Amino acid sequence: MRIPPRITQVGAVAVLGAATALTLGILVFIVVFVLQKGIPVVGWRFLLDNPDDMGKAGGIFPTVVASIVLPLLAVLVALPLGVGTAVYLTEYTRETKGTRFIRFGTDCLAGIPSIIFGLFGFIFFVTILRMGWSLLSGGLTLALMILPTIIRTSEEAIKAVPQAYREVSLSLGATRWRTIVKVVLPNALPGILTGVMLGIGRSIGETAAVIFTAGSSLRMPGTVFDSARTMSVHFYILAREGISTENAYGTAAVLILSVLLVNAVAYWLMHRFMARKHA
Amino acid sequence: MRDTVPSINVRYSIRGLDAFFGDSQSLKGIDFDIRSSQILGIIGPAGSGKTTFLRTLNRLNDLVPDFRAKGQILLDGEDIYRPGYDVIRLRRKVGIVFALPVALPLSVYENVAYGPRAGGVHDRDRLNGMVEAGLKAAFLWDEVKERLDTSALRLSGGQQQRLSLARVLALEPEVVLLDEPCSGLDPISTAKIEEALVDLKNRYTIILVTNNTMQAARVADRTAFFLMGELVEHGETKDMFTAPHDKRTVDYVTGRFG
Repeated sequence: MRIPPRITQVGAVAVLGAATALTLGILVFIVVFVLQKGIPVVGWRFLLDNPDDMGKAGGIFPTVVASIVLPLLAVLVALPLGVGTAVYLTEYTRETKGTRFIRFGTDCLAGIPSIIFGLFGFIFFVTILRMGWSLLSGGLTLALMILPTIIRTSEEAIKAVPQAYREVSLSLGATRWRTIVKVVLPNALPGILTGVMLGIGRSIGETAAVIFTAGSSLRMPGTVFDSARTMSVHFYILAREGISTENAYGTAAVLILSVLLVNAVAYWLMHRFMARKHA
Repeated sequence: MRDTVPSINVRYSIRGLDAFFGDSQSLKGIDFDIRSSQILGIIGPAGSGKTTFLRTLNRLNDLVPDFRAKGQILLDGEDIYRPGYDVIRLRRKVGIVFALPVALPLSVYENVAYGPRAGGVHDRDRLNGMVEAGLKAAFLWDEVKERLDTSALRLSGGQQQRLSLARVLALEPEVVLLDEPCSGLDPISTAKIEEALVDLKNRYTIILVTNNTMQAARVADRTAFFLMGELVEHGETKDMFTAPHDKRTVDYVTGRFG
């Protein structure tokens, strides 16, 4: 029996619409749920006070600092490595079995569960390199974790730069390197920034890899060699050990708002950049 | 027979040039001389190898992974495909304007200063001088002198194409290659480009690939006709259009095919 085209049309729209609504609904539900429970706790004092009694009372200031420093460290390390790899793969090599293998490797790396990265970071940075539980060990581990994302987004961004720009630059007697620095990278910047923001977003929320490498000290870290507890780790410990449900949700609310803020800033930066380029 | 007129200088000598992209051959045994201080027009239907030929003259085809060239191209007596030849220097000496206007997403000033800067010119006064000279030679100065700092992407297509020319001329090259520079332009912009070319020919060797046969007739001193990768015929433009030797040339310039 043939289904009339009109029915399949209506059916398709209904099914696809429902899928979209469900996705959006789940997202909104989670955000609203967490904010509703968390917001009453959140205020300047909560953000800027040191925790008391394992986090049962007081604020979350050291965890906020750790959640800012750790992703920044990760990006600082992963950005030059990732962009460098992307430039090498796109501008200096031709498509061969070798480059395809490297690409396959980065894709696999992106799919490795974060707890494996945590374990590796613990064995390599914390133990073998004797960095101990520290912001540095955590930052380096997160750098490895976000590296594939940065490589792939940078690669796509670099490939999207019109070939005509390269031809013009080279035909004016510029070297390949100058072409990359002056023409290719500036034009790939919005795409590269997207990768960076995805990386920051992933690092802010990361828990498993961080707890193994940066530890969970609640004291304010003085240097990158000190152990520290990020907001996500703090949330995990507060909830897991039943220390304070209210403060756990408060921390979660701040975490969610930070991720939203990072994304908003990323969009704003990207639009500003695009607008200026065409001004 | 030797050419004895001293004012005719040969800039390029092309000897037995074959070019390939992978397995397909796009130039077959090209053999002729290109004179300096003239405009050479290159005409021929799409796919005849005109653009490939033009891009071998400054080795821009090197950017295509499976490109191969055989034979000799001598520029001022030097083989440009010789191993170890300085391609960067070649491209500063032989500038190219592409078919579609490409303004780099920089200011008007920075577009024209791009080549000189890449060549190591950093002195502000000297750069200013080169930018102004380039824009003037491309007949663009009067239209943009008040807004050198605005994005070049804001210029019209015709202006962007003259900007491409200015970018090349700022380098004070010896040869200017143009690959169908007017294909995307309106008649008035085309006239401006042609005016600039005629004005420039005493100082530069100009090689103009064009799909517009009449454009070659208007501005070229000599014309070469390419067909299916072969150089069918070349000579003084007026002879090519009034008394061509090859029947294929007759058919093409009278519009019977192509």
